[in-house]
Amino acid sequence: MVYSFPEEVLEYVFAFLSSDKDRNAVSLVCKSWYEIERWCRRRVFIGNCYAVSPQIMIRRFPEVRAVKIKGKPHFADFNLVPERWGAYVYPWISAMARSYPWLEEIKLKRMVVTDESLELISKSFKNFKVLSLSSCEGFTTDGLSSIAANCRNLRELDLRESEVEDLSGHWLSHFPDNFTSLVSLNMSCLGSEVSFSALERLISRCPNLKTLRLNRAVPVEKLASLLRRAPQLVEFGTGACSTEIRTDIFSNLVEAFSGCKHLESLSGFWDVVPAYLPAMYCVCSRITKLNLSYATVQSPDLVELISQCSNLKCLWVLDYIEDAGLKALSSYCKDLQELRVFPSDPYSAEPNVSLTEQGLVTVSAGCPKLQSVLYFCRQMSNAALIAIARNRPNLLRFRLCIIEPQAPDYLTLEPLDTGFGAIVEHCKELRRLSLSGLLTDRVFEYIGTHAKKLEMLSLAFAGDSDLGLHHVLSGCESLRKLEIRDCPFGDRALLANAAKLETMRSLWMSSCSVSYGACKLLGQKMPNLNVEVIDERGPPDSRPESISVEKLYVYRTVAGPRADKPDFVWTMDEDGALRFS
Amino acid sequence: MSPPLLGVEGGGHVNAPLMSSSASVDCITQSGSGLKERNYLGLSDCSSVDSSAVSNMSEENKNNLNLKATELRLGLPGSRSPERDSDFTLLSSGKLDEKQLFPLLPSKDGICSLMQKSVISGNKRGFSDTVDGFSEIKSSVFTEGKWMFNATGSDSGTPQSVVEAKLAGNAGINVILSNNSSGSQPSMKKELPTRTLQEGHNKINGSNNNNSAPAAKAQVVGWPPIRSFRKNTLATTLKTNDEVDGKPVPGALFVKVSMDGAPYLRKVDLRTYSTYQELSSALEKMFMCFTIRQCGSQEAPGREMLGENKFKDLVHGSDYVLTFEDKDGDWMLVGDVPWEMFIESCKRLKIMKGSDAIGLAPRATEKPKNQN
Repeated sequence: MVYSFPEEVLEYVFAFLSSDKDRNAVSLVCKSWYEIERWCRRRVFIGNCYAVSPQIMIRRFPEVRAVKIKGKPHFADFNLVPERWGAYVYPWISAMARSYPWLEEIKLKRMVVTDESLELISKSFKNFKVLSLSSCEGFTTDGLSSIAANCRNLRELDLRESEVEDLSGHWLSHFPDNFTSLVSLNMSCLGSEVSFSALERLISRCPNLKTLRLNRAVPVEKLASLLRRAPQLVEFGTGACSTEIRTDIFSNLVEAFSGCKHLESLSGFWDVVPAYLPAMYCVCSRITKLNLSYATVQSPDLVELISQCSNLKCLWVLDYIEDAGLKALSSYCKDLQELRVFPSDPYSAEPNVSLTEQGLVTVSAGCPKLQSVLYFCRQMSNAALIAIARNRPNLLRFRLCIIEPQAPDYLTLEPLDTGFGAIVEHCKELRRLSLSGLLTDRVFEYIGTHAKKLEMLSLAFAGDSDLGLHHVLSGCESLRKLEIRDCPFGDRALLANAAKLETMRSLWMSSCSVSYGACKLLGQKMPNLNVEVIDERGPPDSRPESISVEKLYVYRTVAGPRADKPDFVWTMDEDGALRFS
Repeated sequence: MSPPLLGVEGGGHVNAPLMSSSASVDCITQSGSGLKERNYLGLSDCSSVDSSAVSNMSEENKNNLNLKATELRLGLPGSRSPERDSDFTLLSSGKLDEKQLFPLLPSKDGICSLMQKSVISGNKRGFSDTVDGFSEIKSSVFTEGKWMFNATGSDSGTPQSVVEAKLAGNAGINVILSNNSSGSQPSMKKELPTRTLQEGHNKINGSNNNNSAPAAKAQVVGWPPIRSFRKNTLATTLKTNDEVDGKPVPGALFVKVSMDGAPYLRKVDLRTYSTYQELSSALEKMFMCFTIRQCGSQEAPGREMLGENKFKDLVHGSDYVLTFEDKDGDWMLVGDVPWEMFIESCKRLKIMKGSDAIGLAPRATEKPKNQN
């Protein structure tokens, strides 16, 4: 009988459960298991910071050591979410400062972090170890100084892609001389130069340093010195490599790299002069992840490098690689799992490189383990998509961006419905999909019918009518996040599938045709959803109810309407009234 | 990978009543007299300055509109006729006429606006208690990207003036298409914050527009979906490379533009201009609304519109000065150095009141920006 099973044993068993899904399931078995589980949960993931409040989290899980919180919707990456929208982390930090004195890890994504928050973190958690700020903003290097100065046990400081107001590079010098615990440092998003000698000393005294991602300001001639002090590095990101090539710099670099027997991941390469690339050949055979997406290097040089990386699993690269380079990739890198090809010149009217759909088809054919794709290109055909689908039914993430909105199949001028239809039909485990090109409601019919494991769908300039949206909402059983921009979806599909929204994390619709009246209705009918209208034209009830809202963000929540809305966000409340701060 | 919401994870299932074939007739609201056209473009024949266009939410003001007829068009739900299928399909893509861009259809009170009606059925199954006034107006607030708005209003005389325009770029113009009963119009006018279309929209006019048309493609806000960090890095990188190669610089270089007294900032891509004149005109149009507001009371009676000239007088007269912050953090007057040098060192722009700009270079009586 459950109640006679000692708690300690249960707790011991639960400790082996790391996945949140498992822990959530366990806590539903019975009240006592719920109680035991909640006291021993150490890691909490909050996919939407407004879905729950800090108080609710703390009340349920009193002994947390690590939190991961996500804030703004994904489309904030592309400037579709206005500034001051929200996602402030301070309330979380201050609540946790009171209740989680033993907190060790904070990982944030797309949140607004202030220097005040950083200072509070640095002073409140004695055993603080990991700070990861991904795509965050709102803080300056002064905040980093607090962290460096006060977190005596810090292991990880990762600022990837955050927007930091860079007052100076002096923050790095705030790490005390007896600070030796650093394992991972990613400062690649910072602009200003840190004191190089401080950096050297820091690296020298941290024997466990495994990840070091420098920023642009560190020139290539200084890399060798750093690498020599940290030959144990596993992940390394260079700074700018644009200094004119000189024999001594080059040979130093070769020597330094050859001392790094554990390197598996390389990144950086801003402005890299191609002649530096051979310095890395000695480590290529061990490299599994290569981020060349800032390297404006032409295809032949890229191919030279890539052809040595037989164990490559993940490649991020610019479209300079061209179809020819991708062909080489497909023949040399048979273990490739993830490929991202970014556009070097997305805004020009004409293609500047010879990268077409063919490159992707070739990789899909030649790399049997390929499961994750992000590909920017200028032309696509249904035939190519069908080929890709047939080649790679094991795809998990497929994000295709054809640069021209609503570009049709360039061979037949038809919509790309059948192509993407093939993708969802063949790739049965597909979890993430981004569509582009000319698409009608039919593609959504395919998606609704086949994409049963799809969790995240991104749409732009697609579809004809509400029917499209209805197919997605009614058919995609695993859908968690749906983000839509500039599609002719309106009220009907949304309202007809209102209940679905409670099973998802969030829905974003901007520049669509959802009327204010429908938003109000949705807010009225669905008390567990926050229906937020984002409209910079002023209060929505100053306009007729039939007017479409500019942007709509709907998410499920147990925390009620949020109290920190800016003046251009309105929550559609239960009683139909507008509530805004 | 990502765990569900804290708490009980219910087995979500879609339980939405399918919208079966709607029985009700789609009713299109005929707002006969109610068409309010708003002048987003600073067009000369529109008197009201209260344009209801909304500027884009955030950055990426691209002002170049590509009017190539070969570009793809959206099979936009060109809301048109009352007749419709009784099934889900709400909108048929109307015939799209690319050439007919934002129509300059002065409405009765001299306000031009862009309108588009939708044809959403008023019948919402499952929410029957709200079958009321979901009028058939779909105000398409299609912004970024290529939207075709059917502009037939004026001709047909029906209330449905669907504006047809192709926005090949120019991000973030939220066209407020208001359908309305006449009653609401005055209030709309008042309450909508004054915003301008991004100046790029002026190009749609096809009229005299002195924005340059650089080789770079017109941009849509947030498209292609590339993160700012990458975009800015690429822009800098490309610039560096091209200086070496001597090729034209295609990357984007966005800087913030602020104006004293304006409630929000804008961003412009300096690479889309090649002269100070272009930049200044673009900024004029972008910020015209604020200036107009402020100077409205000073207008001479009978002088109804604020054309370019008036604004220029303001900007180049005693009222406003264009300044920029350079890499060293100093605020400088725009126009002293060659354009290329300027865009390399410019980090942000600011339209200052003339009185605040004392201390910068002395104001000349003529425009200081006529360089290049």
